[in-house]
Amino acid sequence: MTKHVQQLDRVIIRFAGDSGDGMQLTGDRFTTETASFGNDLSTLPDFPAEIRAPAGTLPGVSAFQLHFADHDIMTPGDRPDVLVAMNPAALKANIGDLDRGADLIVNTDEFTSRNLARVGYDGNPLEDGSLEAYTLHPIALTSMTVEALKGFDITKKEAERAKNMFALGLLSWLYNRPTEGTVRFLETKFARNEQIMKANLKAFEAGWSFGETTEDFSVSYEVKPARLPSGNYRNISGNLALSFGLVAASQRSGLPLFLGSYPITPASDILHELSKHKRFGVRTFQAEDEIAAVGAALGAAYGGSLAVTSTSGPGLALKAETIGLGVSLELPLIVVDVQRAGPSTGMPTKTEQADLLQAMFGRNGEAPVPIVAPRSPADCFDTALEAARIATTYRVPVILLSDGYLANGSEPWRVPSVEDLPDLTVDFAREPNATVDGTEDGDPVFHPYLRDPETLARPWAVPGTAGLEHRIGGIEKADITGNISYDPANHDLMVRTRQAKVDAVAATIPPTEVEDPRGRARVIVLGWGSTYGPIGAACRRVRAAGKDVAQAHLRHLNPFPADLGEVLGRYERVLVPEMNLGYGFGGQLSLLVRAKFLVDAIGYNQVRGLPFKAEELAGVITTCIDDISDEDLQ
Amino acid sequence: MSDQNQGTAWNGGGLGSLSLVPKATGKQSAKDFKTDQEVRWCPGCGDYAILAAVQSFMPTLGLARENVVFVSGIGCSSRFPYYMDTFGMHSIHGRAPAIATGLAASRPDLSVWVVTGDGDALSIGGNHLIHALRRNVNLKILLFNNRIYGLTKGQYSPTSELGKITKSTPLGSLDSPFNPVSLALGAEASFVARSIDSDRKHLTSVLQAAAEHRGTALVEIYQNCNIFNDHAFEPLKDPETRDDFTIRLEHGQPIRWGTEGQHGVVRDRDQALKVVDVAAAGLDQLVVHDAHAEDPSHAFDLSRLAELSLARTPIGVFRAVDRPVYDDLMREQLDASRAAQGGRPAGEDDLAGLLAGSDTWTVE
Repeated sequence: MTKHVQQLDRVIIRFAGDSGDGMQLTGDRFTTETASFGNDLSTLPDFPAEIRAPAGTLPGVSAFQLHFADHDIMTPGDRPDVLVAMNPAALKANIGDLDRGADLIVNTDEFTSRNLARVGYDGNPLEDGSLEAYTLHPIALTSMTVEALKGFDITKKEAERAKNMFALGLLSWLYNRPTEGTVRFLETKFARNEQIMKANLKAFEAGWSFGETTEDFSVSYEVKPARLPSGNYRNISGNLALSFGLVAASQRSGLPLFLGSYPITPASDILHELSKHKRFGVRTFQAEDEIAAVGAALGAAYGGSLAVTSTSGPGLALKAETIGLGVSLELPLIVVDVQRAGPSTGMPTKTEQADLLQAMFGRNGEAPVPIVAPRSPADCFDTALEAARIATTYRVPVILLSDGYLANGSEPWRVPSVEDLPDLTVDFAREPNATVDGTEDGDPVFHPYLRDPETLARPWAVPGTAGLEHRIGGIEKADITGNISYDPANHDLMVRTRQAKVDAVAATIPPTEVEDPRGRARVIVLGWGSTYGPIGAACRRVRAAGKDVAQAHLRHLNPFPADLGEVLGRYERVLVPEMNLGYGFGGQLSLLVRAKFLVDAIGYNQVRGLPFKAEELAGVITTCIDDISDEDLQ
Repeated sequence: MSDQNQGTAWNGGGLGSLSLVPKATGKQSAKDFKTDQEVRWCPGCGDYAILAAVQSFMPTLGLARENVVFVSGIGCSSRFPYYMDTFGMHSIHGRAPAIATGLAASRPDLSVWVVTGDGDALSIGGNHLIHALRRNVNLKILLFNNRIYGLTKGQYSPTSELGKITKSTPLGSLDSPFNPVSLALGAEASFVARSIDSDRKHLTSVLQAAAEHRGTALVEIYQNCNIFNDHAFEPLKDPETRDDFTIRLEHGQPIRWGTEGQHGVVRDRDQALKVVDVAAAGLDQLVVHDAHAEDPSHAFDLSRLAELSLARTPIGVFRAVDRPVYDDLMREQLDASRAAQGGRPAGEDDLAGLLAGSDTWTVE
């Protein structure tokens, strides 16, 4: 049967099911198929922290959203066009996000009275007309999968578990996705269990065939490849891009990479990934706790490694004292904080950007550190390189603020050529840098705190360098010699110098990039981190509606780009959307730009553990623009 | 010089502790290890004696001075690195073992020493200490135990005796102390020893054994704080009492002590150690010290002999066994991964391959 193929420019699909239903895997596979087809895409995995929450319950629902298009897109999308609901809990948890008319594919086998009651449905929504507004496709996914797998030497439970592949096959047919990658993937994944492998392949194929033959779907869809800049592309998640960025930084700096880490959601994948790359000389150390993780990294930095510690917010709190030591020792250290919803344990698998003030101020005494933040999953690669550049150039701990959304979300990445990556070559101190009496003929001596006049960085003199034996520590040091000093004037000088060193970074970061296509905007939206996509998509919507808005997004949060105050000053309104509340100060970035530039930043704050929706932000921006117009009229 | 760095008899011909550390080119003296910094411990502090012992012991190792690193935490003892003319880091409270682990694991060419105290190592840094011992990183940890908090002016420490009256415990402390040797043995330590600040010769011999050990070596050094806990170890120092109080452990020798060597230990029917009169029990019945016993029970039993009064306090090497060393294993994994690609370090092409992965597509 030949079916009509309809062209679409973009689609948002959400796979939702029980934690044990394999929805993340299904979403990953569909994403890979979509990436290899050449669409632009953006994904949002959303899963519970519990490994196996009670089956069939609302807290146990795991979802994966994918937005793909024939043009460049910036977010995983607000509202799914298609929801695949593997059970009543998945339907209940997600139905509110659908627009009328959306396609709803449900696994009818799971809609038993027991399962319905478990999530509070009085009747069966598939039968009581409550889903009339949607295009409902009730499909007996489980029983059709089991039926298709008759004859395989596997248990009924094993057959049932393959239902996600049936669903993937169906969706792959519906959107004309290439299937070779998934076939290869299943062959590899289940290489050691041939029956299971064949069963999954069969389920996948059965799902595809079902799509072709059923009358429930009268058309299939096609989303043409996107016209992206030419190059070699792959799909990449934030944590993977960040790990690759660190390996690349190691090679470009010529320093061996050392990662000290303690497992914590959502940062653990960085530890997992880097532990695979020993052939690149990467040492990974799973420490006994967060403090040891950063301690070991600092020790490795002292020894001349490119040292990294990766964590999330609670871990950053534990590392604070050691980061302060790093500030005092003036050693390069990269601290990766993959932020999650807090306070305390908060919601480990949900995203938030509420650690900015902790990164800025969360240490005793004055211990300033540069802070950088990636804007998208792929941007984690470049930001990791930038963190390494700042840390090694200025001999200072750098905090990199990623978040759960970037960590697990993915997008196509144009793979850079290695020779185009920045040169991060580092010079260790090799010989004494002064004489005892200061004269040319005096005995040579090494002063560990004699600084480079431009960067204010002190020499990086690693153990094993003859003639440079010296002692450093967390006690205040005398300028130049590094000896213990309690001298009031010296302490004042050292505190100011450590600040000046961080401030000096601003001279090497690019000016603020403002996107304002018509150059007429009166409102600028300022953001940082993972809100780049939603803000950008919202700005596009506002412009499409004929209004003007400017967008600027910060990679450097400390120090700010040198021109930021002047840039913000050009606009009548500065709107700062953030996934934090700002402790009653209107947002964490808002607080900083207000304090620094006396700009009346307007915060728009949300802490729901989810990224902003473009639609909602577009509304906020429009209101902000209209407010000025209203004032003009008054 | 070469023998002591080629591994000791019991470590199966593996790496000696210092075999990867470059040697000094010229002859060294204690003076080479002294810095120009004024030593700021209280006059009469036991730390002076330990510093002098270490400074005069280091030249015997014959290591390039620049390849020696002392890392410390916080406390009186932790000022130590400032006085050693090697590389050194005075870090933060309790964290020295963690910092030293990162350094030792990434730099096999260094001889890394941790200097810590009873509060630093056993209270705030207890977790790092036990995990360093468990991992068996190539570190030498010198634990100066004075059974008191000195730098914060006299609070009880985790090795203070129960009921200790201090500034923070005017009616006596309520928590039982750690026995650092027992703790280290329980944490799977491969080398555990004890010595005393005032016994230069013994201390030096223990330091020597620790330096030769590949893996983590813990040396507990009884150290007198003459300001806040003076005479804490007096029975072990007073010529009148020391021979009756101190058990000097020597590998392969029967365990006996006393002015006349009249005390010894035997195993009773329950295999527990029992103190006996040597003449009555017979010399051939005495337990012979085996520092290289695979099973740590022997060393643990010895660590429990000491009484609160310090009577029957063993000093010397309790345990020195060969066990896989964390940083060696880590290096082997790296080497094996490199060997899999022909032994060469990963280059630009490898990085390009890593970044591209296996699923790429091209946009023209």
